[in-house]
Amino acid sequence: MRLINRHPSRPLKLFLGLLPFVILLFVYIGASQQRLAENPNDKLLPGIDKMVSAMDRLAFEPSKRSGEYLFWQDTGSSLQRLGLGVTISALAGLIVGLINGAIPMVRAGVSPLVTAISLIPPMAILPILFIIFGLGEVSKVVLIVIGIAPFIMRDMQARTLEIPTEQIIKAQTLMANSWQILLRVLLPQILPRLLDSVRLSLGAAWLFLIAAEAIAATDGLGYRIFLVRRYLSMDVILPYVLWITFLAFVIDWLLRLISHRVFPWYHNQQNSGQPG
Amino acid sequence: MSYIHIDRLWKHYGETPVLEHIHTDVERGAFVTLVGTSGCGKSTFLKMLLGVEQPTQGQILLEGEAIRAEPDADRGIVFQRYSVFPHLNVRDNILIALEFRASRLSARLFGTARQQALGQVDDMIDNVGLGHAATRYPHELSGGMQQRLAIAQALIAKPKILLLDEPFGALDPGIRKDMHTLVRALWRDEGLTIFMVTHDLKEAFSLGTRLWVFDKTRHDPQAPHRYGSTITYDLDLSDNTLNLDNKSLSLEISQTVLHQTIEPDPTDLHHAS
Repeated sequence: MRLINRHPSRPLKLFLGLLPFVILLFVYIGASQQRLAENPNDKLLPGIDKMVSAMDRLAFEPSKRSGEYLFWQDTGSSLQRLGLGVTISALAGLIVGLINGAIPMVRAGVSPLVTAISLIPPMAILPILFIIFGLGEVSKVVLIVIGIAPFIMRDMQARTLEIPTEQIIKAQTLMANSWQILLRVLLPQILPRLLDSVRLSLGAAWLFLIAAEAIAATDGLGYRIFLVRRYLSMDVILPYVLWITFLAFVIDWLLRLISHRVFPWYHNQQNSGQPG
Repeated sequence: MSYIHIDRLWKHYGETPVLEHIHTDVERGAFVTLVGTSGCGKSTFLKMLLGVEQPTQGQILLEGEAIRAEPDADRGIVFQRYSVFPHLNVRDNILIALEFRASRLSARLFGTARQQALGQVDDMIDNVGLGHAATRYPHELSGGMQQRLAIAQALIAKPKILLLDEPFGALDPGIRKDMHTLVRALWRDEGLTIFMVTHDLKEAFSLGTRLWVFDKTRHDPQAPHRYGSTITYDLDLSDNTLNLDNKSLSLEISQTVLHQTIEPDPTDLHHAS
């Protein structure tokens, strides 16, 4: 049988999927042991035990200075900023994108502006945000919003325009006015696409979050990583990176799950030959 | 005064004429079928009836008044595909028409108003033979069932004219036959006035009470796009005894105008154009 026609069975697929992770883990452990054998105080590739004890300290022992559990405090602060930033972006993206996509008169005026804003590199205006909004929470959330909202707006506009005109014409022959078409025909069909768009922009949202935290913050996952960098604390940095990756994975998985549960019609449109 | 009066209608796209001087009347209750080669302007004509295209000259009068320059509830439409809402199940797809009408702000009905509307919806669902599929979503329906739903949707809004744009073009021959029976029955029972664009000449002859062939009357060999089409044949099919004559006529139309051949078996016509 040709190679392109051979498909792995379910267990084999799972095994093949896990294999690279296991190999990476063993490569790391091997390299770490080699370096530690030469120098027991090596900081670059700490052993698993050191990472576990560092995490144990940060997650389950109150900090001597503030009495907080730093790991959870960092996680909470970061997720709050990320959640706020992404939620605001999603709402703004939905409303602006939907109206832009549906109403040509608005699109003509707003769409070029959105495109121009989306081309500004957000990191370049971070100093402006710090000057305007100060070093507090607002500027970090605003950075995320500026970073991803224009993308979501443009995506939502494109998705709205993708809805077949036949449906819009049909609604008009059923006596619908513009508002009713927005509310009952376009909005419900755009919502699952909004979840797709948010999933795609989460990577960028994390990037802006960690960048903002690295520059000005007193807690947060990005803040901690950049703080302990000064002491070459790889035993903290590596688990934090893994934790961020895990959080990103869980959020993505949750959004996908919600989308499948709430919008089953969106994920099963192959039969009707409609886009999506 | 006739039901629909088409008054010296011309349509140009830029410099290119598509339709020339369409001037005719249609009575209430007519079932007009429109045939012609690709690009002959029959779909453009349907779009002008629908209101998504505007005539360059002339106008269309419905019950003596010019039709609106955008789609409205006077004219129902069934497209070849994409005309049902994929995010609503069969019932909600039909109910939404009543909701649009009754509730201008929320476009939703609640309580007893909703129950009453649903009664009406369920009657319509039974009329088009979708009773067993009321809670299914469009992606769970076959192509024929989706078209039944699209027809039900259009009919519940009680349009003055029903426009069908190659509604069965994507369906299997067996399903098409069922759909022909359905449309014919609905037309008779509800007293509809229907315009149907089709590629299938046999379908056009068997369904319609009146058949229009769109073609060019003038040809310029140096400039094929110099002239537009008009209605070259306007056949009255309402008298069934004409069927024998129609056979020779249909042969003539099929060969000279549509470049199709009529086969005894309608299944062969499916891909003829």
